[in-house]
Amino acid sequence: MFFTKLLKMNLFTHNMLTSNIIKGVTKGYPLGIEATEVKTSEREFNPDFIGRMIPRLEWPAVVEGAKMLGQDAVPEEVPSDYETNEEFLKQAHRLLLEVTVQEGNLICPESGRKFPITNGIANMLLKEDET
Amino acid sequence: MFNNIYMKIIERPKVKVTSKMAASMSTCRKYLLHFVNEHIDFRLAELKSIVKLCGTELKYDEQSYDKKNPFLIVGLPSESCAKKIMKRAILIRSMYELWAEGNNRDQLCTNIKNIPTEQLRPYLSPDLSYRFKIETFNKTISMEDKLQRIENMPYDVLDFQGKVKLKNPDHSFHWIEYYGYANAPPTPEPTKLYFGRWIADGQRDKIREYHLQKRHFIGNTSMDAALSLIMANVGLVKENLFVFDPFVGTGSLLVAAAHNGAYVMGTDIDFQLLHAKAKPSRVKQKVRAKDESIHANLKQYGFGHLYLDALVADASNTQLWREQPLFDVIITDPPYGIREAAVKSGKKKTPNEVAEEHKEKYIPPKVQYGLSDIYKDLLNFAAKYLVLNGRLVYWLPIIRTDYSDDNVPQHPCFKLQSNCEQAMTETIGRRLITMEKVIDYQEQSDDFKATYVKDHYTKSFRERYFTNWGQPKNIEKSQTNDTTNPEHKHSEYKQPMSTDKSTIATNNESIATNNASIAKNNEPITQSGVIHKHCDLSEPIEVELQHGAIPEQH
Repeated sequence: MFFTKLLKMNLFTHNMLTSNIIKGVTKGYPLGIEATEVKTSEREFNPDFIGRMIPRLEWPAVVEGAKMLGQDAVPEEVPSDYETNEEFLKQAHRLLLEVTVQEGNLICPESGRKFPITNGIANMLLKEDET
Repeated sequence: MFNNIYMKIIERPKVKVTSKMAASMSTCRKYLLHFVNEHIDFRLAELKSIVKLCGTELKYDEQSYDKKNPFLIVGLPSESCAKKIMKRAILIRSMYELWAEGNNRDQLCTNIKNIPTEQLRPYLSPDLSYRFKIETFNKTISMEDKLQRIENMPYDVLDFQGKVKLKNPDHSFHWIEYYGYANAPPTPEPTKLYFGRWIADGQRDKIREYHLQKRHFIGNTSMDAALSLIMANVGLVKENLFVFDPFVGTGSLLVAAAHNGAYVMGTDIDFQLLHAKAKPSRVKQKVRAKDESIHANLKQYGFGHLYLDALVADASNTQLWREQPLFDVIITDPPYGIREAAVKSGKKKTPNEVAEEHKEKYIPPKVQYGLSDIYKDLLNFAAKYLVLNGRLVYWLPIIRTDYSDDNVPQHPCFKLQSNCEQAMTETIGRRLITMEKVIDYQEQSDDFKATYVKDHYTKSFRERYFTNWGQPKNIEKSQTNDTTNPEHKHSEYKQPMSTDKSTIATNNESIATNNASIAKNNEPITQSGVIHKHCDLSEPIEVELQHGAIPEQH
């Protein structure tokens, strides 16, 4: 078969998730990442899409997440000319979409509750006594 | 005459007719749309959305619009706009530049003779190949009759100098005869005739390309290709948008979104399904392949790079997302508890004790998730997380005899764009609702919540739904489990139209146009899997799934 399994949780998604669904948690952001398997796989670079998404992201959480995944060359801030700054957009593209977690956990920063990532799919469901 | 109708459609400022005027007319001509004869209630919604997507304008006579008539005359600014529209259209079969029309053959001929020379001239050149095509709607005519129509064309006017070429000519001129509504007996003579130059065909071939039968990963409720593509159209999905589906299932809607160049993400509460461990939906298949996934579906069509992520999550937990407009479009098919149970994670009376070592793989029990709440949650979620002017597109199951527009959920952030019905039987159906976010979300205000003027989904909805589906109420469990029971092979339940979703026949020829479930030899299949094992409603759901999977009777 020409299909390969490539489902992977990435920092783009991580940036949008909170553990605010847990009872007693007030912010739950950003989630910690504990990765047992990190992969980098190339993906078509689309500066227009990345540029459109930058304003919807919390960049400090990208930086934090990237560090947890052992990445270097992480721009600390979003430059003001980000829309046309190809070097920045390429870095952002790599960090957000190419670096992925195949196995590991997302961790609630307040309660320490772990959300397992298996086969690259994060499981954000809670037990009945947690909601 | 030609110009009279033109005036009706396009209100032009009253100016003296000059040669300049004639030139500007050629830049804003009228076009004939020939719609596909299915999903007729969706035609205008799709057309208007595509027009918006193409950033162009459309004029047509709203008052005389007749949805049973597959032909519609519209005014468009240019041929390039017309072609752009056809690159997205699922429900338009073909588009023509309208040259003449008439109520009978003689009148059409007279009107063809009145076509301005300036309009004809570009097509008369000896370098351009051409052909004539005779088309009829609601009546089949013989080849002799067709030839006779071609022979009787007014060649003194249609003085094409080029060669006739039957395959891929430079220009194709169509003579179209309309014999009344489909399904009605054809009128003895055509009631309306058109003559025009073919511009483009719609995207019907995409339906074959994306047919569920060829899809790697499907489930019981996978949306068929045509409707998925229509949903992407009414959702104004286009390149580089971020599209989200909170009830993603096997990702059929995301395939359609990615087809239009959008990046896609989805969540589903069904862990087993996303991990391809749920019971396969194809009849002959015993286990799901390891590589069955939404991502594989996208990769199959070359959209792997547009896949963002899939998560196991409960759509009723909207707090999961960082509060900010994140998505450009939300398209979804919420679980109505017909094919798949409508569930959310929740509490049983006494919570299960879960041993520490099982916690990681533990799947929480699911409780019934009332339709009424599903739609309120969906609107509240979309109000928070859609960008301004972003669209929310979803299906609403209805009992047609009880339904009124007051049953559509409302939210102060949203403006209803279209509401199209797909009938399943005489009494039940579903509606495709398209809403646009027109006001920013305000957390503080108590009024900023989804409401119904009239709730369609009272407790008895499911019961009424199935009663109306025409099924016996009390089927014993032993019977429902026995899929080979002859009583179930040939459904005694009348289903004049197709079932609502994803039917794939294993036999190529019996593919239902409308979708539905996977069935072979009219053999219904039961869906098992996680859901009802954890669910208090397990028995009724099994019964329902069984009936939901009854193949259509075409």
